[in-house]
Amino acid sequence: MTTTVLDTEAAPARRSALVEWLTTVDHKKIGIMYGASAFIFFLIGGLEALIIRAQLTGPEGKLVSAELYNQLFTMHGTTMIFLAVMPLSAMFFNFFVPLLIGARDVAFPRLNAMSLWVFMLGGIFLNASFIFGAPNGGWFGYAPLSGREFSPGINMDFWVIGLQILGIASLAAGVNFFTTILNMRARGMTLMRMPMFAWATLITQILVLLAFPVITVALIFLMADRVFGTGFFVTAAGGDPMLWQHLFWVFGHPEVYILILPAFGIISEILPVFSRKPLFGYSAMVFSMAFIAFLGFGVWSHHMFATGMGPLADSFFSLATMLIAIPTGVKVFNWMGTVWGGSVRLATPMYFALGFIAMFVIGGLSGVMHSVAPADLQQTDSYFVVAHFHYVLFGGSIFALTAGAYYWWPKMFGRMLDEGLGKAHFWLMFLGFNLTFFPMHFAGLLGMPRRVYTYPAGLGFDIYNLMATAGAFVLMLAFLVFIWNLIKTWRGPANAPADPWGGATLEWTIPSPPQEFNFGEEPVVTGKDPVWTARRAAGVDRLPEPAHVSGKGIHMPGPSWWPLIVSVGILVFFVGFMLPKFWAFPFHPVGILGFAITTVGIFKWAYEPVDAHATHH
Amino acid sequence: MRPARAPWRQWLPHGLLVAFLAVLVAGCGASESYPQSTLHPKGDFAEVVDGLFQTTVFWATIIFIGVEAALLYAIFRFRAKPNDPEPAQTHGNTLVEIIWTVIPAAVLAFVAVPTVRVIFETAEIPETSADGSAPLRVDVVGHQWWWEFRYPDLGIVTANELHIPVGRTVDVRMKSVDVLHSWWVPQFAGKRDVFPNRETRIWFTAIDTGEYPGVCAEFCGLQHGRMAFYTMAVAPADFDAWVARRQADSAQAAIRPPVPPSDTTQPAPLPEDPQVAQGRQLFLTKACVGCHALGSAGAPTTVLGPNLGGIGTRRMIASGWLENTDANLAAWIKDPAAFKEGVAMAGVYQVTDAEAAALAAFLRTRQ
Repeated sequence: MTTTVLDTEAAPARRSALVEWLTTVDHKKIGIMYGASAFIFFLIGGLEALIIRAQLTGPEGKLVSAELYNQLFTMHGTTMIFLAVMPLSAMFFNFFVPLLIGARDVAFPRLNAMSLWVFMLGGIFLNASFIFGAPNGGWFGYAPLSGREFSPGINMDFWVIGLQILGIASLAAGVNFFTTILNMRARGMTLMRMPMFAWATLITQILVLLAFPVITVALIFLMADRVFGTGFFVTAAGGDPMLWQHLFWVFGHPEVYILILPAFGIISEILPVFSRKPLFGYSAMVFSMAFIAFLGFGVWSHHMFATGMGPLADSFFSLATMLIAIPTGVKVFNWMGTVWGGSVRLATPMYFALGFIAMFVIGGLSGVMHSVAPADLQQTDSYFVVAHFHYVLFGGSIFALTAGAYYWWPKMFGRMLDEGLGKAHFWLMFLGFNLTFFPMHFAGLLGMPRRVYTYPAGLGFDIYNLMATAGAFVLMLAFLVFIWNLIKTWRGPANAPADPWGGATLEWTIPSPPQEFNFGEEPVVTGKDPVWTARRAAGVDRLPEPAHVSGKGIHMPGPSWWPLIVSVGILVFFVGFMLPKFWAFPFHPVGILGFAITTVGIFKWAYEPVDAHATHH
Repeated sequence: MRPARAPWRQWLPHGLLVAFLAVLVAGCGASESYPQSTLHPKGDFAEVVDGLFQTTVFWATIIFIGVEAALLYAIFRFRAKPNDPEPAQTHGNTLVEIIWTVIPAAVLAFVAVPTVRVIFETAEIPETSADGSAPLRVDVVGHQWWWEFRYPDLGIVTANELHIPVGRTVDVRMKSVDVLHSWWVPQFAGKRDVFPNRETRIWFTAIDTGEYPGVCAEFCGLQHGRMAFYTMAVAPADFDAWVARRQADSAQAAIRPPVPPSDTTQPAPLPEDPQVAQGRQLFLTKACVGCHALGSAGAPTTVLGPNLGGIGTRRMIASGWLENTDANLAAWIKDPAAFKEGVAMAGVYQVTDAEAAALAAFLRTRQ
């Protein structure tokens, strides 16, 4: 390179910004990259939804072919679940869990970087399928349709392999955050003093660790059926399509809570701050969340009432599902108890948080309707279900994630988002969301099945489809306003104070954005809502603005290339399963190359000197 | 001090809300406008289910109004004012929390008890119909992407149009020859998934005569969206007449041109329309006969395409998709992929417009 003489003792080699981001193990940078990539995937998934809605505007739509439509709805579901809502939650886990519990980083910083890269490469891999033929068998991949006999093309290979790649990212992150929360809390932060978002993260990671192995097994079976000609789900070979459904939903229902529990956590952080009042019934909030997660493993067959499992199984899964309404109700009531008697400041994060409660209640109530097994025979696989889970996943998760974005943006980037545009965003989203999804209840009850690329006139649900399509475009407008808000404030000065909202948790005690090592001094916690506790102890309204500190003597883990290299190896390894047969062996040598990269990368990673690039301040 | 609101800003939201609700309520109108509706049951199974659904809607509405009203009240009542003192720092209230745990549990009991009752009530197929007759057994076979209907006790087969008598319980047993499907006639009963490796069942009794559309409700591949069918619920006497016609409709008779009766005292039949004769010939030579059985009578055989017994009288063609007019039938035969991409018979044969019209004319005679 150049002739610059580097003083390796005083300062590590200056790295270009690109290299810095590619090799970073800083949980905050990783969080930002999770958020940025997930938001792009979210926009892609939204675009797919807009095409779907445009096709269904009226009867006999001709905008897209049946084949393209099937690809679009498969990819819309897969994208929104695995590439948007999960990683958007991961953005908040990454950036804020260490801050909330008073840690300087996660337990395994390089593993954290690997989770990010595996996720990002998996997401790009899945979306690259549009060039070759995107997955077209639904996000649920029901056998035997997803098997080689009925889906001979490369389409479902992308799905089976893409989901396995993403599963590795989720499992690695699960181990990481589980360990981080249990081992790295600041002194004095007992479990029952943790901020509720840390609790939500912990319980979510337990769900990930227990649920993802199940889908991994199912996907390996399906991949073996497709690539090696086994017969796990091939009826002619004695396989059983019901096995797929059970495995898929044993994963799939906990997955629903993996998507919503982080939202619960975010809301539980925002409501107290904007009501100037602690969370109502902290312990009940913790236990109800744990109870929901526990019950989540015992209700999977409510996705399968129409398969005819018999009255005993139907009754069991009906009642177990209804039970979930009780802890969920406790959460909703406790949120309202938090607002009740408070001093409610209606800033944008609070708009979205309150919107979340209002919308999530609707999704919860239609969920109870589904738990009534005989009624579900009419509702399942109709647009009523589409309405229901969008009230939970959009009205729930997306509203909460948006609330979190407005709440934590100043901390992440040192800039306040524009309040006027934020409220315009809220009202457009609130209106567009309800206009899109409320009429779908009626379309479903009037007999419109899901996953149809077109429908005939004269069945009485044309008007509801027209409304839904109009609403979808209002939603598009809402997100354009959001993007405009991001661009506008990005151009403005980075002058957010450390604590713009009067927050209760530790992240508000350090500058915005935080320095690399987070806390100049490791915090000591003496109670719940540590900032408020400290403020009262000091007898002041606000703690003084924290100054930047030199951080001299703080050791932070150094950057590493190996997480990225291992991630590339994993991707290449899996691609080996979908390349055409080489010789007589169905596993392509490219896959062996990927295996070699992964193995070498893991060894190099394991033996990387701890202090090779460690950042000394 | 807030500026006074312009009048339109006060009224616009209300106006929008009223318009929104008006359109939504429209769904509660007459059943003729909603032939595929779950809210307008015309079968006993669907009626029971609808009753259960209404119960849950009742409770859900009460909870919905209560919660949303309390939320709105809290937002406005406790809205921050300038220089508000810090509100009381309550951390919870055990009694209140117990109350709002127990009340939802009690409400759920009002839903749970009838749910379990209906689950067990609907699980078993009644041994006799309300009119005392034995249930009518129908075997449904799901194909990508059409429905085959067999009446094993009557010895007839048909496709995409099920005929049933009003008042007699129908015992539906299902199986698929390929992927999963789900059989759904919303006005009669809930849906039931169709598997290739095990038989599933559902039952119902039609209350009213009429033509009821149904669909496949489990995603089954490319043309899942065009896998509809009709159920014709008719008076028992009409059903018996239909059965008699179908039982007399043998495949052998269908492909043989009509012969003059041996009894010479009878008048000779009118000479056959040459277009129909040409259509019959084409049916035998253009590979149609390789996949389609022409007659409804006899034991079901393994078939690749829908049985065409009585095709001339069916309301729809192309799996409940196109009105069964001569023009549509000819156009469908000429180029089925233009209507339904991926359909199995696309590209198997080639016919001219005239040949397609002849085939349509011949099929029209299959009454």
